[in-house]
Amino acid sequence: MIDAKRRTPETSLARKLVLALPYAWLLLFFLVPFLIVLKISLSQSAIAQPPYAPVLDFAAGWRGIARFFAGLSFDNYRLLGSDALYLLSYVKSLEIAAFATLLLLAIGYPIAYAMARTPRRVQAVLVVLVVLPFWTSFLIRIYAWMNILQRDGLLNKALLALHIVREPPVWLATDTAIYIGIVYSYLPFMVLPLYAVLEKLDQSLLEAAADLGCPRWKAFWLVTLPLSSPGIVAGVLLCFIPIVGEFVIPDLLGGSNAPMIGQTIWTEFFGNKDWPAASAVAVALVCILVTPIVLFQHQAMRASEKS
Amino acid sequence: MRKVTAFNLFAIVLGIVFLYLPIVVLVVYSFNASRLVAVWGGWSTQWYAELAGDAAILSAASISLRVAFVSASLATFLGTLAAVALVRFGRFRGRLLFASMIYAPLVMPEVITGLSLLLLFVALAVDRGFWTVVIAHTTMAACFVTVVVQSRLVDFDMSLEEAAMDLGAPPLRTFLTITLPLILPAIAAAWMLAFALSLDDLVIASFTTGPGATTLPIRIYSQVRLGVKPEINAVCSIFIAVVCVAVLTASLVAKLTAARGAPTRL
Repeated sequence: MIDAKRRTPETSLARKLVLALPYAWLLLFFLVPFLIVLKISLSQSAIAQPPYAPVLDFAAGWRGIARFFAGLSFDNYRLLGSDALYLLSYVKSLEIAAFATLLLLAIGYPIAYAMARTPRRVQAVLVVLVVLPFWTSFLIRIYAWMNILQRDGLLNKALLALHIVREPPVWLATDTAIYIGIVYSYLPFMVLPLYAVLEKLDQSLLEAAADLGCPRWKAFWLVTLPLSSPGIVAGVLLCFIPIVGEFVIPDLLGGSNAPMIGQTIWTEFFGNKDWPAASAVAVALVCILVTPIVLFQHQAMRASEKS
Repeated sequence: MRKVTAFNLFAIVLGIVFLYLPIVVLVVYSFNASRLVAVWGGWSTQWYAELAGDAAILSAASISLRVAFVSASLATFLGTLAAVALVRFGRFRGRLLFASMIYAPLVMPEVITGLSLLLLFVALAVDRGFWTVVIAHTTMAACFVTVVVQSRLVDFDMSLEEAAMDLGAPPLRTFLTITLPLILPAIAAAWMLAFALSLDDLVIASFTTGPGATTLPIRIYSQVRLGVKPEINAVCSIFIAVVCVAVLTASLVAKLTAARGAPTRL
């Protein structure tokens, strides 16, 4: 520990630099950009470069600043509330994220549970196997599903060969495909936190329950499940929050009729060139995600402070 | 005694098959002789040969690798400093804001990170291109680096540092000769993670890129939107092969050094 008594001028300068460099970087490239988004969401779309007004004009002195504040308005937010397109894409994003997270929990829990029950040596291999697909590109993994889900892809071929269906069903451009893509991509994010908790679970507690005549399912319900709740919370937050803002999966696997909110921001920005509207949609999305994000931060900080 | 039940075995096998089947299908079809993805026309390596002549893909790949290398190195530097500050500096003024700015990007939707950085570059009237993508990826990856390095610093054996300082080493020298070598595996892992995140990113790069800085994911994405193509299967297969070799080598090296280093650490 660098304690106060030994601190020389040289080390205190080093300390300042250690903190100042990342601090300044994050202020400039994380906080300030977000404030700019906030500001542009209160501006009007304009045919100009950059395509919004008012632009803060420091050259005009106080008058310029006053004019800038007078030009701000909440019109974009009013638009968000009144246009069904925006509301629908928020609802759809939350619905897909909630349902997909439940699916992930239902699929991920048995896998994590089983992993934690295997011998130590096997566990290490399994963790590598679960993490490995995460290192290959996200885009590639979604593309792999396009191969399988297309009309004459492997899935339909298998279904036809097994006489489960007569006509090849359409998979791509449906919500089912979005769910498949999300569950596939986020499975490691659900399995790993659950595994980390389940692996540390004290087996003697379950043995005690069994000795006292508790059936296994009940021991699971009363002992394992409550003790694994930190893993469940971590896994749910790690999946739910990014899924709400997901862009690539719904864009490549989903249909075009009901976009998710990430797609709406993308089209407003790149397609309609309406920067203020895109910013307003983004700010509203952050507001929706603030509760889960704060929960996540709280958990991350507690986890780091506990140890 | 741990016993693997039939149910557990079933869950693991099914999970692994689910995770790997799509990737295997992708790789197998990259060797398909037929242009039609649905038809199996026998084994062939023609798509790989065609790839070698595709200048657009090759230049995108080289840009992606360069962006990933520079941004991973920057992010590792900044992220490690941030981790040291968070773990060692106790309570300092502005700590809450600092910690918030570290954790928030981890969960911030990429669309918003990309959008906000683009608006910053526009406001500063910066020409977009290679360096704006590097800055964006550094910002995104630095936070992941911090989390990885932080977890290693937290369970660091303080007595080693105390011993060095009792023997008269100044704090800075103690850090460089004792602490840094011991947390180096975590820093290396964090660098790899940052490299992979950068190589993987489509959304943030799409927002912050400019003319002449088309990264590989952007190139692949523009092709993939038009449908499945065997050449893309070939690109993806090469990518997967490189990643698998890198990750397996890294985890083997980590295991070997851990096995060798274990007695000295105790």
